[in-house]
Amino acid sequence: MDLERFKVHGEPLIYGAMISIALATIGIIVGLTYFKKWGYLWREWLTTVDHKRIGVMYILAALLMLFRGGIDAMMMRLQTAAPEMKFLDAQHYNEVFTTHGLIMILFMAMPFIIGLMNVIIPLQIGARDVAFPRLNAVSFWLFFFGAMLLNISFVIGGSPDAGWSAYFPLASLEFSPTVGNNYYSLALQISGIGTLITGVNFIVTILKMRAPGMTLMKMPMFTWSVLITNIIIVFAFPVLTVALALMMFDRLFGSQFFTMANGGMDMLWANLFWVWGHPEVYIVILPAFGIYSEIIATFSKKNLYGYTSMVFSMLIISLLSFLVWTHHFYTMGQGVMVNSFFSITTMAIAVPTGVKIFNWLFTLRKGRITFNTPMLYTLAFIPIFTIGGVTGVMLAMASADYQYHNTMFLVAHFHYVLIPGAVFAVIAGFHYWFPKVFGFRLNDRLGRHAFWWIAISFNVTFFPLFFLGLMGMTRRTYTYSAETGYGPLNMLSFAGAIGLSIGFLLLVYNIYWSTRYMPKDKTGDPWDGRTLEWATGSPIPAYNFAVVPNVKTRDAFWSAKQDNIPLFEEKITKIHMPSNTGKPFILGVIFFFFGFSLVFSLWIPAILSGIGILIVMATMSFDRDHGFYIPAEEVIATEKKLRGETV
Amino acid sequence: MKIDASKPLEYATEENSNKIFGFWVFLGAEIPLFATLFTVYFIMVNRYASGPSGREIFEIGPVLIETFLLLSSSFTIGLAIHAMRHGYKKAMMVFMAITLLMGLGFIGIEIDEFFTYIHEGATLQTSGFLSSLFVLLGTHGAHVSFGFLWGVAIMIQLWRQGINPATANKAFIFSLFWHFLDVVWIFIFSFVYLKGLM
Repeated sequence: MDLERFKVHGEPLIYGAMISIALATIGIIVGLTYFKKWGYLWREWLTTVDHKRIGVMYILAALLMLFRGGIDAMMMRLQTAAPEMKFLDAQHYNEVFTTHGLIMILFMAMPFIIGLMNVIIPLQIGARDVAFPRLNAVSFWLFFFGAMLLNISFVIGGSPDAGWSAYFPLASLEFSPTVGNNYYSLALQISGIGTLITGVNFIVTILKMRAPGMTLMKMPMFTWSVLITNIIIVFAFPVLTVALALMMFDRLFGSQFFTMANGGMDMLWANLFWVWGHPEVYIVILPAFGIYSEIIATFSKKNLYGYTSMVFSMLIISLLSFLVWTHHFYTMGQGVMVNSFFSITTMAIAVPTGVKIFNWLFTLRKGRITFNTPMLYTLAFIPIFTIGGVTGVMLAMASADYQYHNTMFLVAHFHYVLIPGAVFAVIAGFHYWFPKVFGFRLNDRLGRHAFWWIAISFNVTFFPLFFLGLMGMTRRTYTYSAETGYGPLNMLSFAGAIGLSIGFLLLVYNIYWSTRYMPKDKTGDPWDGRTLEWATGSPIPAYNFAVVPNVKTRDAFWSAKQDNIPLFEEKITKIHMPSNTGKPFILGVIFFFFGFSLVFSLWIPAILSGIGILIVMATMSFDRDHGFYIPAEEVIATEKKLRGETV
Repeated sequence: MKIDASKPLEYATEENSNKIFGFWVFLGAEIPLFATLFTVYFIMVNRYASGPSGREIFEIGPVLIETFLLLSSSFTIGLAIHAMRHGYKKAMMVFMAITLLMGLGFIGIEIDEFFTYIHEGATLQTSGFLSSLFVLLGTHGAHVSFGFLWGVAIMIQLWRQGINPATANKAFIFSLFWHFLDVVWIFIFSFVYLKGLM
């Protein structure tokens, strides 16, 4: 076997990365052994099927990936901070912008949102768990090992380097001969299957497991947004599955889908990629809209304005999201008629989005507003996202797009949409629901400090890119000459990027500080909340609700508090729970080896691990584990303890 | 676990009915998957470059046998579910076995067809048309093969445990999957083979 293929040469930065990965791994192993935590880790986390713990693991993984992607971003901003920088070479720069995009969208934004979804949705609908707890664990481990597979590409064999959209013919074997894009097709495939399973799981959970009395139009807005998001996932991800499979066939088995000769068609990839890729944008942004709706209603002490129009605007957005994909490549010659059609559908999305913006503003109007960390992110989101939206309409005009296409203007636009749209939302949601999961709040003063660093630095980083784009600077350029005049604005942008890093470090410091010093919250309802998740104790007991709540109105918990309607009427009885299982984790590990073997065309290990996957699935089918019951006395004792009474 | 006697066994518990609904949603995801593969095929169908076109390699004989086997197996799995509803374990097992054997026959003919193509010099690498043909047929064939293994696993469980809410649920979901593969095959038969031979 040719070991050379596994090595990455020449870059001191990569050697640094290798050493730090090795040290971190050794550190984790030594730490776990020293504190005798292996058993705890296995029993409580790796084998868990509890939606709350799975959610927490999703969020932890997303935070890790946020830092990996953030370091990529810093390297890019440093490399372009001044003309003729020698920090990264062209190849390394290509790898860094590719992995930055992939990681931030697929391994940061998505899992962060899916994590919040996991923690909150069963609570908001008054359920004890998701519909298929074991499958939920399978989803997580497939996502996790897909993410790990992409991350090791950096040090073993080389990262993908054809951009996160991996356009053909550039991404073909002919022009990208390294294994980088094999990693792309396999790592995304594995985590994509996990996401698809999540989609199925949450559709069933939301449609079939709501508390009695909660009709569809009484669901909290976050639940609505998640339902619609998962419908998009179920219809969009199979397209990615096919696209990635065809890419794998082209690269590993020499098929002719996207080639330049023998009847292949390179544009087919661009179309397939964006038929998935554009709905993907809404997969990360609709739940964000749901999070903001919850936060605005809670901290304005008002009902959400225009509930019905909120729901319908999301439905219209989800439909339109499948009808706009061509706007990503207006300049690639599909003619005036096609461009006009997609131009109109693209601009049409601004209408339902505008409806939502006005609904939030009307909810704020005459509200008693609390300015705390989650609310600040929400309030900052509205104007910043509007800038992103308006520049989006500029880009949507096909004829004008010939000027903006592939310039830094586009880069500025989508960061203006995705960062306030998705990142601010998950951070706001993180602060908002943190006390529910851990039983104490994050410090608000530190949180607001971090917010101002992040919000201001974000604009300093990305606003100059609009001008750079209009000046003609193309995206994905690794360096430029001083005569272009791009230097000063790029330097300003780099300064902003440093500010952003400080903001994110403050955010992490806040988690550390609050864990040590913040007082316990005994009420379970620290924000005077409106929806059912605040009706149970914090941290949430394993069974979520001792008694299934009876829902009569929208914002059920709020009206229960206002009008003294009892939410929980029945007596506490024994509660059925699913038992933990290690099989989803093992399945993830085998999928990892399967993917890795295919990346390097190691056929025998690939076939063996393929058989291994089938065997694990078969053993899961043969399991006759019907879970266990928590006895009523134990439930009553736990409930008393949560309310601070002595047992 | 609460069993609702007014419903058929496969729907009798809340978990069971959730699983069936979840599988319908999953089939909802299989539709865009196959729709994308069909789209790719329709785009590629005339891009056979220097290789053979569909008319030159398709043979109606084996395809008709494949169609006959798969359509009949859809009928027999229906009979198996019918027997299950009446609680006839033995009849159910027999009909499932016939279904799976016909599935196996289908896979055998498809593999033979692939070898014939390759022997004639029509390989995955030859042209865009052939790549899309092999991947479309192969994906369907892989589904049938997976279905075969799955069906065997369910039969073992039926044999050991008899018809109970869990096994009935599994067999019913398997039958949904099998019918779905049949529907996909009807599209392949009409739009790949018949249209290609025209």
